[in-house]
Order: sequence, then structure tokens, then C-alpha cells
Amino acid sequence: MGRLDIISELKNKLPDFNALWVSEDYPDELNIRVSNNAFKDTCSVLHKILPSPMMMLFAVDERKEAGRFIIKAVFASFRSRQWIIVSMDIPQEDPCFESMAKSIHSTSLFEREIREMFGIEPKGNPDIRRLVLHDEILPEGNYPLRKDFKAIKEGVLNEYKFNRVEGEGVFEVPVGPVHAGIIGPGHFRFSAAGEPIINLETRLGFTHRGIEKLFEGKFLSDAIRLSECVSGDSGFAHGLAFIQAAEKICGISIPVQSAYFRAVFLELERMYNHVNDIGGMAVDVGFSFPAAYASIIKEAILQLNDLLAASRYLRGVNVLGGVSTVIDEGKKQRIFDSLKFIRKDFDELEKMLNSSVSFMDRVDTTGVLRRKTAEDLGIIGLAGRASGIPTDLRKYFPGAYREVKFQMFTQESGDVLARLRVRFLEFKESCRLVNEFTKKLIEGEQVKVDACPKAGSALGYAEGWRGPVLYWLKTDSAGLIERCKVVDPSFLNWQGLSYAVLGNIIPDFPLCNKSFDLSYSGNDL
Amino acid sequence: MMNILKNRIIKGVVARHIGQEPFKEIEVAGLELRSLIKKKFGRSLFIREVDTGSCGACESEIISANNPIYDLQRFGISFTASPRHADALLVTGPVSKNMLTALKKTYAAMPEPKFVITCGDCALDGGIFKGSYYVEGAVKDILPVELHIAGCPPSPLHIVKSLSAFLKR
Repeated sequence: MGRLDIISELKNKLPDFNALWVSEDYPDELNIRVSNNAFKDTCSVLHKILPSPMMMLFAVDERKEAGRFIIKAVFASFRSRQWIIVSMDIPQEDPCFESMAKSIHSTSLFEREIREMFGIEPKGNPDIRRLVLHDEILPEGNYPLRKDFKAIKEGVLNEYKFNRVEGEGVFEVPVGPVHAGIIGPGHFRFSAAGEPIINLETRLGFTHRGIEKLFEGKFLSDAIRLSECVSGDSGFAHGLAFIQAAEKICGISIPVQSAYFRAVFLELERMYNHVNDIGGMAVDVGFSFPAAYASIIKEAILQLNDLLAASRYLRGVNVLGGVSTVIDEGKKQRIFDSLKFIRKDFDELEKMLNSSVSFMDRVDTTGVLRRKTAEDLGIIGLAGRASGIPTDLRKYFPGAYREVKFQMFTQESGDVLARLRVRFLEFKESCRLVNEFTKKLIEGEQVKVDACPKAGSALGYAEGWRGPVLYWLKTDSAGLIERCKVVDPSFLNWQGLSYAVLGNIIPDFPLCNKSFDLSYSGNDL
Repeated sequence: MMNILKNRIIKGVVARHIGQEPFKEIEVAGLELRSLIKKKFGRSLFIREVDTGSCGACESEIISANNPIYDLQRFGISFTASPRHADALLVTGPVSKNMLTALKKTYAAMPEPKFVITCGDCALDGGIFKGSYYVEGAVKDILPVELHIAGCPPSPLHIVKSLSAFLKR
């Protein structure tokens, strides 16, 4: 499906469809501007025909330059290998738009976010509670992402209303924000009758640091560091998505060697996180030996990272126009040697878990997320693949992956076991990919080109280990960032967890939670 | 009993040597730490960790410090699930406004004597998030901080060494 197909299909479904303008600044982006009335219908049709969840929905404050807000919706068209970005103007005098939450469920959270950050009202959204700005902390009437927001204004504080399940024998279990383990903060409220959970409400936002606002006014080269700190365990994927957007704006194409480097690091990040989660699932059923084994493998990968990038979490690797790493034959050999050991240990780990009946009994049919539910909620990335949705940016937007015959893995059952199996398969595939890409690395080749900042906007994307990490970036003529919208896959996938645990017992919650292993900081920003 | 012995003889030693580079260094630093903890705390030091908005890298490194390679527990440091059992509070992240109350409450729930450690650059003064509308900033303005472990994130070895240097004072 090419660009014209999408437009003609839209015209087909919507007889009076009329785009205000259509532009294709980059081969992988199709920008369509529509009028306010047509926005909702256009999005609904795109959602159905592509099919794609709402990948991003965000606002941009252009009141100073043009007296308006802009709302943009981003869809992924896997067939035409393009991102479809639909936008509309919102007049500043009457900041509101018609909610799409009832026809496309995955927009609901984005609409709530737009409301709390910009004060643009989604009319008709049944749930307009704030997400990350807690009502007890920040008074009403503060909209941090508006350009004229300088400091917090005094005002009325409210209280957050949890959804209540009522009835005889129903009790609530509040957990968090400070948890028993060494993990991020978040509040979970279970409603249970007897053992099974009948409702789980997650209240997040505890790690909100105002990252999108911090991006504004920064130079591209300075902002890379910030993007790496959005979510520590997928720092490389975040840095990569950001830098891709920046490089698109600057109009440069990176040397092929640096594309290989980036692929190596992206896969190494996936490997250490996947093995960490596999170990975590073993911990959560009280099976400590494989957990210890997994943490040894994780440490080996972190040390390999340290050797290659001088950072255990791959920080500072990405620079505008390429990468900052150098390779020599000795290092290449170290990668091959380490991978051999890592792979051997990993096979051992997999055997251990697969042959334990009590472990399998705990993970099989636990925390099922059905494909239909996952599609409605817009679940993406690893959790989506475990529920049978074929979605992986490495397959549909391959770049360097075209040369190594990347294989995508999906499972049908959508339970904890499916998410575990996808991790097993992906870890081994990543191991192969790192090997392949390392073979392509050549000592002394150019890995960086110079770039000079320009004005423009672009979308950057990378398939991190949780799923697609998306950055939409807009710069001014001096090359300073005007708006940077970040979407971590956790943002959409947290609701998947709320559905997956239904009917399970509370003691299985940690296991379900670990099988998704979503980021608190990536969600809260 | 006979079964266990039989199994043991048939299988041999299944544990294996980890053989990683920083192994010796951690051993030296760790043993020093153990003797200090023994002297000052009787036998062990219990730490409660609170994330006040970190990106998760510091947590990952603290968890790594508990893996079989570093294995902090053998030197007498345990991470506890409840602040009621803790001697020290380990704070990561640039206190997000949403976490301020939870941080104070966690500290208040700890029994005396107690002390606070901060971990990672953003816990020192907000770090890269300094100046944000939603960041309270330095933990030391909120709680009495005795020790700061620098780094973004600090490596497990650095965590051990910093603790050791602090206890020597």
C-alpha cells in the first residue's frame, strides 16, 4: 500500500474526505493535514484499514507563532513501511476537540495526557482524570507544556478518585508507591472477592520529572544525554529514536558502519534486559537458582557493554551523525568469545526452566492477555507479539536489519509462558544478530559524519526491548528543540497488565508484572 | 541422607567459577567492608531503597550488586522490604514532587538510629533533571544525608567502595 493507495482508500471510505495538504518530507513519513471536523473520522478509518493502534497522539503549542495548538496522531503503516501523521489545528480561543476514546480505545490515555499538559479538552472522553500530575500535588489550571507556563500557580487541590468495585465481600488491597523490592514507584489498587482479582487500577506518575519540558530549548547534541535518562534500562533505544529524529531533521544519512554499531548495541540492550526478566520471573515463583544464573549472564553482557562503549548502560554511544565507539580486532574477538559463553549459559538456563514442572505450572495459563483485548488496547512490542500480534519495527522498518534476515517471533496464547517464550526466542535471535553485525564491523572505518542543526520536524523510532520507542521532534531555525514528544511502549502496555491479571490471584501479580516488566520512568516521563 | 550423598557423588561439583574481571577487587573491598560492618553494626547493615523518580539504571546497578558476582550480602549488607527493619535509607532519583510524601513517610517509619545515603548524580542535586517544574531537587534539603555515592549510575564496585570509605570515617 503506497502513499496514493492510502489517500484513495481514505476517499473511498469517507466520500467527502478532503486533505488540506499532504506532504512527504521524508520517505518514511506521510503527513496529512485535515480540518477539525474530519480528524476523528480520518483517524478511525486509518485505525481500521492499516490496521494500527494510535501510536502517538500529542499536541504542539504554536500560539505564539500562529495563534493555535496543533494535534497530531501517528499511525504505523506496516505494508507501505510508512508512518502516517494526521494533524489538525485547534483554535486557541476554544481549546477542545472531539474525543476518539469510544471508537479507538488506545487514544484514551493520550487524550488525558493532552488535557493535563495543555488544557485542551477532549469532549466526550468518559475519563478525564489526570495521569502523571497528581491532583493532591499540582493545583488545577497548571498546564506545564504550554509555552507560557513558567512556574506553578497556586490553586485548588483535588483528590484522585479510584474506580470502586462495590458489593458484598469485595475488598481493596492498595500497594505502593514504595514497593518491597528495588524497583520504581507506582500505586496498584486491587479489588478482590476471595482470591481472584476483579479489578486492578494502576496509578502511576510518581517518577514524573517533566522531561518533555526539559527538552525544550536544548541543543540537539545536549539533549541526547537527557533522552538516555528517560528510561535507564532502555537508554540506548531512547537515545537511538531521538537521534534518528534529529538526523532526519538535519538531513544527514549516517555511515553504514555506524548503523551496524547501533544494531549491535540495540541487540545487546535487548539481551541483558530479556535475561534479567527471565531471572525475575524465576525469582517471583521462588526459584532462585536459575535467577542467580540469569543474573550472571546479565552481568556478563553488562561487562561486554562496558568494554565496547565504556558504559554498562550504553550511554554516550550515540552522537549526532553516528556513534562514538571504535572497534579493533581484539574487541571483536572478545565479543565473539563472550557471546559463545553467554549463549551456552543461556541454553542451560532455558533447559533448567523448561524442565521444572512446578515452574511451568506457575507460568502456564497465568495472566492471559487475549489477542482481541490486546488489539483494542493498542498493546505493542513484546507483549503484543506474545498475544499473537505481528508487530516489530525491525521487520517492517528494517534499515541495517535487511542484511541479516531478521526473524520475528510471535506466540498465540498471551500468557506469562508466551511472554517468557518470546524472550527465549528473541534472546537467541539477538545473539545471532550481534554475531552477524559484529562480523560486518571494520576497524578504522568512518563512523560519524558532521551535522549542522536545522529547523524542521521529524519522527524517530527504534524497536527497544519492550517495543517501539517513538520520538517526535521539532526544532527552530537556531537548532533548538521546540517540542519533543516521547512515547515509551510502557505507556500503552500498562493497561495490558491491568487486563491480564483479571481472574488471577494476587500472589500471581508479581509474576504477571514481571512478564510485562514495564518502565515506570518511561511511562511517567 | 544416602540419596543426597549418592547424588552428590554422581553429579560432582555443579557450582562453577564465575571468573569475571573485577572479582579480586570486589573481594578485597568487600572483606574490608565486612570487618567495618562487624565492628560498627554488630553483624549486618540493613538498607531500604526508595526510588524517588530515577530512570531505573541506579536500581539496576543496586540489584547487580546483589548478584552472585558481587554478592553484597556476604559482606553483611542486606536490602530489606520494610523500612521498619532498616538501618539506612538509600535514595535514588531527583525527588519528583509526587514522591515527596512517600519519601518522608518511609524515613519516618524507620527506627532510630538511622541514616540516609543518596545514590546517583540526580539524587545529589537533581542532576540532569535540575530546574524542572516537577523536581524538588537535592535529597539533602529534605532529609539529613550522610553519604552520597556518585555516578550515573554508580557501578556495583563503586557502591561497595563508597560504603567502605564512609564506614571508615
